[in-house]
Amino acid sequence: MASSRFIITVIGSDKVGIVARITMVMANFNVNIVDITQTIMQGIFTMIMLAEAPQEGFDLQAFQEGMEAEGKNLGVEVKVQHEDIFRFMHRI
Amino acid sequence: MLINPNEILETIRMVKMENLDIRTVTMGINLRGCSHPDIEAFNENIYEKITGYARDLVRTTEEVQDLYGIPIINKRIAVTPIAIVAESCIAEDYVSVAKTLDAAAKELGVDFIGGFSALVHKGITPGDLKLINSIPEALACTEKVCSSVNVATTKAGINMDAVALMGETVKKTAELTADRDGLGCAKLVVFANAPEDNPFMAGAFHGIGEPDCVINVGVSGPGVVNAALRELVNPDLTEIAETIKKTAFKITRMGEIVGREAARRLGVEFGILDLSLAPTPAIGDSVARILEAMGLERCGTHGTTAALALLNDAVKKGGSMASSSVGGLSGAFIPVSEDEGMIEAVNAGALSLEKLEAMTCVCSVGLDMIAVPGDTPASTISAIIADEMAIGMVNKKTTAVRIIPAPGKKVGDSVEFGGLLGRAPVMQVNGFSSETFIKRGGRIPAPIQALTN
Repeated sequence: MASSRFIITVIGSDKVGIVARITMVMANFNVNIVDITQTIMQGIFTMIMLAEAPQEGFDLQAFQEGMEAEGKNLGVEVKVQHEDIFRFMHRI
Repeated sequence: MLINPNEILETIRMVKMENLDIRTVTMGINLRGCSHPDIEAFNENIYEKITGYARDLVRTTEEVQDLYGIPIINKRIAVTPIAIVAESCIAEDYVSVAKTLDAAAKELGVDFIGGFSALVHKGITPGDLKLINSIPEALACTEKVCSSVNVATTKAGINMDAVALMGETVKKTAELTADRDGLGCAKLVVFANAPEDNPFMAGAFHGIGEPDCVINVGVSGPGVVNAALRELVNPDLTEIAETIKKTAFKITRMGEIVGREAARRLGVEFGILDLSLAPTPAIGDSVARILEAMGLERCGTHGTTAALALLNDAVKKGGSMASSSVGGLSGAFIPVSEDEGMIEAVNAGALSLEKLEAMTCVCSVGLDMIAVPGDTPASTISAIIADEMAIGMVNKKTTAVRIIPAPGKKVGDSVEFGGLLGRAPVMQVNGFSSETFIKRGGRIPAPIQALTN
């Protein structure tokens, strides 16, 4: 694990305030958005973010729990995964 | 974005919808420094070493699981074959060693501990014999201990005395766990050409050529291959092979990154990645369903062996490109009780013991998790083992038998083990006797394939 960058995926039904509330949690953990893309695929809201966590004092487990809890409130599924898993799986 | 969103969603779908997971992170631990003439002192030594080395195994594995968002189903430990390290103990049997292994596994919170094992392909030492004689009781009075005995290799031939002994041992193990449908036999495997770095149970042990401590990883993923094949529109078999290869590549890469990160965090050497397709009882997470996706009405019908050969080869090709550390068993598993498609094929009358034996010629690993009637004679079980060992010996591959003569059950009944071990329909065996053949003992000499130097 070289970087502290994570892929955050938010999947569920679209509603007002998803981006605002999810990014609020990220701000609370001092997690910065590097890139963001958002589409509606087959009627399902899909947001993917590449995010950078602080190098020091970052509690991944607490962040994941915070994001999942906010996702539950919104009725969407939120996953936080280290970027390497996607790079490694699909690239040589 | 530097990573393609479709690839991100593909990974998430594989995990969420298609049961992609890491089946096991297995820590191999060398126990050779633990030998002692006093078995109590020996037991203390192995307990200390195992609980010391694997103290952080479960916690670290869970951290890696959270980091990558990939489920890791089992955490396991494999130790040096106990017959080797306990041989210097002055003791009648090694049941207390199995209890010690079980206690260590429970203390650590791991799912299984393997290595209650002996390597007897050319001959049986006094320690080997004590270990084999201890197996039935050891498996009856422990929960997490797994046992394996290697009775054949391509280089040494088949030790038919050991094969005869293992038929009896399997029967006794079933009888001592009769209250649990013979569950003890689900934790006992008889091998030809057993690998030294296999992370999968029941056959994992820490081989004598291994380092002091090592992390080996076993991936899963039949559900992903099954789903990928079912998306193809009227493919020919070349396209099918290509799709399996690509999918196996991705599964293997995932296993490799998880294994390396777990090993790094534990400060332990990364050993191998076993790229076996290991089914689970979950619907669709089935090797049988992959074969059916290729166009067979039911797994077990004519064409099944050819389809399985294609699958097994494509998995290896994709996997070996993805990792330079491929080892262990590495091939498609066909355990009947752990694969819902296999269970259905047996129940439908499509899949027989004889066909399964043919299938083991072209895949990993052997006759696995097969229930047979409880009154099957020990000599017939030995003969089933001998056939499978012959396939492994001649084809220079690993083969194994994990068979359950389910006490009190007959053809048409089924036995329920629960969890990953699943449910096994009781299968028909050939009623003609093999007793005189098995009684002869001796050794089936190494085949001409052994003379490679």
